[in-house]
Amino acid sequence: MNWLDTLLQGVLLGGLYALFAAGLSLVFGIMRLVNLAHGDLIVLAAFLILLLVSSLGLDPFIAALIAAPLMFAIGWLLQYHLLNRTLGKDVLPPLLVTFGLSIVIQNGLLEAFTADSRRISVGSLETASLQLGSINAGLMPLLTFGSAVVVIVALNQLIYRTALGRAFRATSDDVVTAGLMGIRPNSIFAIATGLAMMIVTIAALYLGMRANFDPTAGPARLIYAFEAVIIGGLGSLWGTLAGGIILGLAQTIGAAVNPEWQILAGHLAFLIVLLLRPRGLFPRAVD
Amino acid sequence: MTTGLETMTSDSQADQDWRIETGTRLSRAFSFVCLVAFAALAVAPLLLSRGVVQDLFFILTMLTLAQSWNLLAGYAGLISVGQQLFVGCGAYALFGLVILAGLDPIFAIPLAGVSAMLIAVPTAFFAFRLYGPYFAIGTWVIAEVGRLLLAQWKALGGGTGTSLPRDATRDMLGISLLEDWFGMRAAAAADALSFWLALIVAAITIALVYKLLRSRQGLGLAAVRDNETAARALGVDARRLKTMIYLLTAFITGIIGALIYLQKARISPDAAFSLTDWTAYVIFITVIGGIGTIEGPILGVLVFFFLQNAFSAYGSWYLLALGALAVVTMLFAPRGLWGLISDRTGFELFPVRRLLRGGLVVPNEKGGPNG
Repeated sequence: MNWLDTLLQGVLLGGLYALFAAGLSLVFGIMRLVNLAHGDLIVLAAFLILLLVSSLGLDPFIAALIAAPLMFAIGWLLQYHLLNRTLGKDVLPPLLVTFGLSIVIQNGLLEAFTADSRRISVGSLETASLQLGSINAGLMPLLTFGSAVVVIVALNQLIYRTALGRAFRATSDDVVTAGLMGIRPNSIFAIATGLAMMIVTIAALYLGMRANFDPTAGPARLIYAFEAVIIGGLGSLWGTLAGGIILGLAQTIGAAVNPEWQILAGHLAFLIVLLLRPRGLFPRAVD
Repeated sequence: MTTGLETMTSDSQADQDWRIETGTRLSRAFSFVCLVAFAALAVAPLLLSRGVVQDLFFILTMLTLAQSWNLLAGYAGLISVGQQLFVGCGAYALFGLVILAGLDPIFAIPLAGVSAMLIAVPTAFFAFRLYGPYFAIGTWVIAEVGRLLLAQWKALGGGTGTSLPRDATRDMLGISLLEDWFGMRAAAAADALSFWLALIVAAITIALVYKLLRSRQGLGLAAVRDNETAARALGVDARRLKTMIYLLTAFITGIIGALIYLQKARISPDAAFSLTDWTAYVIFITVIGGIGTIEGPILGVLVFFFLQNAFSAYGSWYLLALGALAVVTMLFAPRGLWGLISDRTGFELFPVRRLLRGGLVVPNEKGGPNG
């Protein structure tokens, strides 16, 4: 039953990658902005949760609840005052500004928290597991996967059922016309990035509870998020979850063959999808 | 249409003196300055201490990396965050050829450039499938694949890396000559040799970029940058141009990677494929100096070298400030330091704008130079 176990681990790991990717996907979908600092913002949120847990002695889940509005504020301010200035026809300014930002966050975290790797401790939950027929599934991976599904359902509801979601879709389709209809794109963009940062907080919570992280862990998270988005196809959140699952499966299968091949196997899966289906498996958006 | 064309031809035949050129008086004076600077740098290893020569080597290699990234991102619109792939591949090709095949490093360097270019062929195939910003992360992923694959190459030390045997650099072509002629010690002679190679590569790169920008291809490139659809409608093969530039910069970057690691004599996958060293610094140099100009990276590398010397002891604070400086530059002076200077003074040291010169100026005649 070893293989079945590996497959389940892979699928559940995909939940974490989908959480990394959902925020990236949301921001790209609405304002065509690829935030190269996305991974570093996840790590920043993880340190924020860690800080709340260690200084106030809070439960990590409560700490994430407090961190989420803080991250929303960071995202809102970042977008409104910095990134909105870079948006335009040219793709160069947003890329270079977020790349610079990524270096700034990484080194800021290094100064504040040193290069030691950390972990958010949750006691017995870390090792708890559920018996599913003949195989065991860790409670934490199950919880991660469940959260990813909840986040995606909630985001879809928000985008397709609410006034805010309508404004998101309108600005995504045509900024100028949306502006004529009384929508202020700059503040819509800021809210979207704020929301993305709340998803980032959830991703950071599970990242921190499941594995060690350090200030330089950001770029790898960005790459996993990006791979999940591209494998799944742009513009589809369920596609992003599928992309995360494929990436997670590839990594766990690779690791089962040879532990050194874990990351490489994920990248290769990404390249194979890019080779066979350049627009991803479930594309919705045109670009 | 046809008549119009005929008129144009007969006009230009009538005024034989009209010519299109890009040079200005300043640029001609500056090309003389360049020659003097090249000559001065060429004799530097004979006059200056080894430490200074190593600093100059560092400046020249970073300058060349910045020039080729600038060609890629500033002119061809290909924003790559994965140039460390070609530095690493060039460096590993050098080590492989020297250690495993016993080749003289001097011959291995151009081959390292070729290997980097060969790697760029499949890389381009994958990365060109991704649009704009996704191209950036795509190149980064492929660079990671390169790092992880080379970490599996046990003959070259796997993940921990390996060193170049001392004999390999000591017996390099030309070392004994330098020892005899200038009484240099082997180590100093090896430094001088890598410095000269870096100087030649840097000079050729700048000359090549400048020549390319003034050529038909350069015009096509500018057209693609300004409006890709319109340029393609006029018959500019955007994809072919971009692929050509991507392969060219991979070649140059590979050669520089080989040179840097010949001088370092020690390699590891993490160092050779470092995002910070070979892409982040290079991007900062270009952005701070002025992206999309040849002058920018030159100015940028000097600023970078000064900052590096003055503040690198501050470790991550230094990197933080450098990143912040690049962000601020991009927001408030998107054309960098050189953009600020040339806006105030109108200076263009490497002008690429085509000017119509000579002949009689008849101000009232329609259809004149600007009509």
